[in-house]
Amino acid sequence: MDVQRKFGDPILEVNDISLSFGGVTALENVSFDVLEGEVRAIIGPNGAGKSSMLNVINGFYHPQQGMITYKGETRKQMRPHHAASRGIARTFQNIALFKGMSTLDNIMTGRNTKMKKNLFWQALHVGPAKQEELEHREYVEHVIDFLEIQAIRKTPVGRLPYGMQKRVELGRALAAEPELLLLDEPMAGMNLEEKEDMCRFVLDVNDQFGTTIALIEHDMGVVMDISDRVVVLDYGKKIADGTPDEVRSNQDVIEAYLGVVQDDELAASQNN
Amino acid sequence: MFYREAGQFKDNYASDQALFPIAQDRWFVMIVMGIAFVIVPFYIDDYWTNAIMLPFLIYALAAIGLNLLTGYCGQVSLGTGGFMAVGAFSTFKLTTAFPELNFIIVVLLSGAITASVGVVFGIPSLRIKGFYLAVATLAAQFFLVWMFNKFGWFLNYNPTGQIHMPPREIFGVLITGPRAAPEVKYLFVLIFVSLCALAAKNIVRGRVGRSWMAIRDMDIAAELIGIRPLEAKLTAFAVSSFYVGMAGSLYFGIWLGAAEPIEAFGIEQSFLVLFMIIIGGLGSILGSFLGAAFITLMPILMKNFMVDGLGLAVVTAKHIEITMLGVLILFFLIVEPHGFARLWQIAKEKLRLWPFPH
Amino acid sequence: MNPELLFFFETVIGGLMAGVMYSLVALGFVLIFKASGIFNFAQGVMCLFAALALYDFMAPGGWVDRWFGFTFPVWAAIALTIVVMIILAWLIERFVLQYLVKQEPIILFMATIGLAYVLEGIGDILFGSDVKPLDVGIPQGASDWLWDNFNLYIEKLEIFAAATAAVLVTVLAIFFQRTRIGRALRAVADDHQAALSVGISLRTIWVIVWSVSGIVALVAGIMWGSKSGVQFSLSLIALKALPVLILGGFTSVPGAIVGGLIIGVGEKLAEVYFGPYVGGAIENWFAYMLALVFLLFRPQGLFGERIIERV
Repeated sequence: MDVQRKFGDPILEVNDISLSFGGVTALENVSFDVLEGEVRAIIGPNGAGKSSMLNVINGFYHPQQGMITYKGETRKQMRPHHAASRGIARTFQNIALFKGMSTLDNIMTGRNTKMKKNLFWQALHVGPAKQEELEHREYVEHVIDFLEIQAIRKTPVGRLPYGMQKRVELGRALAAEPELLLLDEPMAGMNLEEKEDMCRFVLDVNDQFGTTIALIEHDMGVVMDISDRVVVLDYGKKIADGTPDEVRSNQDVIEAYLGVVQDDELAASQNN
Repeated sequence: MFYREAGQFKDNYASDQALFPIAQDRWFVMIVMGIAFVIVPFYIDDYWTNAIMLPFLIYALAAIGLNLLTGYCGQVSLGTGGFMAVGAFSTFKLTTAFPELNFIIVVLLSGAITASVGVVFGIPSLRIKGFYLAVATLAAQFFLVWMFNKFGWFLNYNPTGQIHMPPREIFGVLITGPRAAPEVKYLFVLIFVSLCALAAKNIVRGRVGRSWMAIRDMDIAAELIGIRPLEAKLTAFAVSSFYVGMAGSLYFGIWLGAAEPIEAFGIEQSFLVLFMIIIGGLGSILGSFLGAAFITLMPILMKNFMVDGLGLAVVTAKHIEITMLGVLILFFLIVEPHGFARLWQIAKEKLRLWPFPH
Repeated sequence: MNPELLFFFETVIGGLMAGVMYSLVALGFVLIFKASGIFNFAQGVMCLFAALALYDFMAPGGWVDRWFGFTFPVWAAIALTIVVMIILAWLIERFVLQYLVKQEPIILFMATIGLAYVLEGIGDILFGSDVKPLDVGIPQGASDWLWDNFNLYIEKLEIFAAATAAVLVTVLAIFFQRTRIGRALRAVADDHQAALSVGISLRTIWVIVWSVSGIVALVAGIMWGSKSGVQFSLSLIALKALPVLILGGFTSVPGAIVGGLIIGVGEKLAEVYFGPYVGGAIENWFAYMLALVFLLFRPQGLFGERIIERV
């Protein structure tokens, strides 16, 4: 990235987060921030606590200790619904689409927090409820155009190939018009071509909509290429934080992660 | 050939989101409704009404209700019989306490009362899932039936332990009781069930329906994209119970006319309705109708065949009927576990090409 | 002893004994659910079917008597019924389960309800639906010794049932822990795919586990049949076992035992001390409510581990 972009204030700060499950520590005193408009990567070996970190940010896990500041509001823990309605959307490591629904319906669920008409109007499906449905359909069609998935609009997602499912999942997150987008291994298990497509979408989202992105990724090439800053976790602790170049030359990171990247990828492929 | 969508272009989202976006479907539904509303009432007699059409339509309504909960929201319930009892007893108490109240209002209110009971028994679904929940809903089944049987107030202290539907009129036409005309009963129930089916279809293709299906398909992901499990599950229980309650109300008020809690609303009812939606197709409104048709008609056909055709004793026929019902259920589950609705879909896909498969 | 207290003890012990009977039925459910993830609603009807078959082998006027002119002694009849249950398991696997291997749990559950209808219908057609007194030589009446020494009124049958259940559970435990087949069963319970990949045949396992469940059903059928005769209502004890299952967990054998005891005692106490205030006959639903309230506070059941959800 040759052009130095300007980032705003921190949209998200996590302070001193510790999380454990019945004695097993997943995160220990982790702090970092995400600036408005940047692409922030979280990397680390398997079991480093990356996914747990995302789960803490959008309120699925509740940390025992620490503070989360999002858009100027500080809380001990987030609630999933609160996080979603305040503009945090995410994708999942193992695709978590709604298998029985079509692509269109899946992406429409992303608009759920924005739809307000009550059950009664929906049962009648006239006037305001119909109007609302159409407005949101229109936005969803923008997302579908953007991700180039017009052809599979009405296909049940269970029938789609893996790469397409990943794309639909991104679509569902985008439909929520997020301010902070969390991506959990968006390129895992993809071939080179699919990865390139996905990279393009991630960067376009960041560019066109100005969406802040925090992503977890194993492919170091991808991470170094597309992210503005990187935070590195190992065994639940933060061991480095900085630009890709800084992180690449950090001795702890090389020892903990980059040096054994082969083994880790092997382990990752076995786990999946 | 005959079922082609090619050439049917849509130039706005409204027509793409219409109830039946494909012209052939629209025609088919219109023809069926036309027959049901215009032709059938002229030919229908007492036997057809009471033995076939009323049970079919009323069970279809109950099946839609259960399908909303189980097929769309993924929460298995075995309490349908109990909730139908709530609808029936609400109707009885309301119509005897306020004889002037319009019967349509009575049915709707009975549904609403059932909905509130359904929400109460739906609360455990927030903490327990799957078969644990299914068994827990049996608590509703047994408790409700026991309650109606035990406390005389619900029966208006009738010593026979039965409730009887008094004759009621709507807009000057007698609608309940043995002297009401069969075509009137039929049309009333038909209108009711059609409107309810339409409303159900609207709900499941809107925001609420999508949040139910999201909970069904992957509840954790649904929660993380901002769907509240509490809200989604409890509305599913409420709407489902509303439908089942209305079905119970019509079941007692229009079809049976008299009911005794243990026999009319036992656990067999719960299983019967569950069979309907499984054989008809989970997550399909059409499937609810097909399943209800199959489960209500099949025993009649078998009984006619065995008792009248083969001359078997009624008791033996009953035993064979149970066995055959079991065999047929197993057969259909093995052949098409996704029910008639899926068969229908496959047939439509075949019809696209037929009779020129290339 | 204080008569109030004595009465309380009698109620509790009566409840424990009834609980053992529930546990016996629940055990059959657990075995099948553990090995195949199938919630076998036909378990209750299997108890009825086993008891009917057993009765028919021994009773004058049964099929054996009519065709061959003799009846079997108790031990031979039991052995033959076990064979019948094994054949039944094989038939179920051969004609139903093998076609439904990869279906959703609810489809399998429905299939077992269909199976229950079939078994019930066949049982009725073959053996008739009248009440049959089953006597396999289990001592009847109250235990004199307990009555004389402790003033406690307890049925001998119930003591016998408790002892049988204890033996049965011990045998099953040894079977699961010590034998090759038992280990294979546990492997399948943990992970179908993994078990298949190390060469365990799922179909054989299913036949075995349904056979074992059939035998457990026979034991339960004998106990219940001796107590109140063999009749259709015997199949309804399945409904009694369900709250035990949600209390103890669908996959836990100790859960089935302890859950059964808790339900048995809770139900008896409620019936005696709480029932009269609400007009009685609460045994149909009380167990469900008890289990439900318990679950609200401990969703993982009695012996379940806390579930950590992941995405």
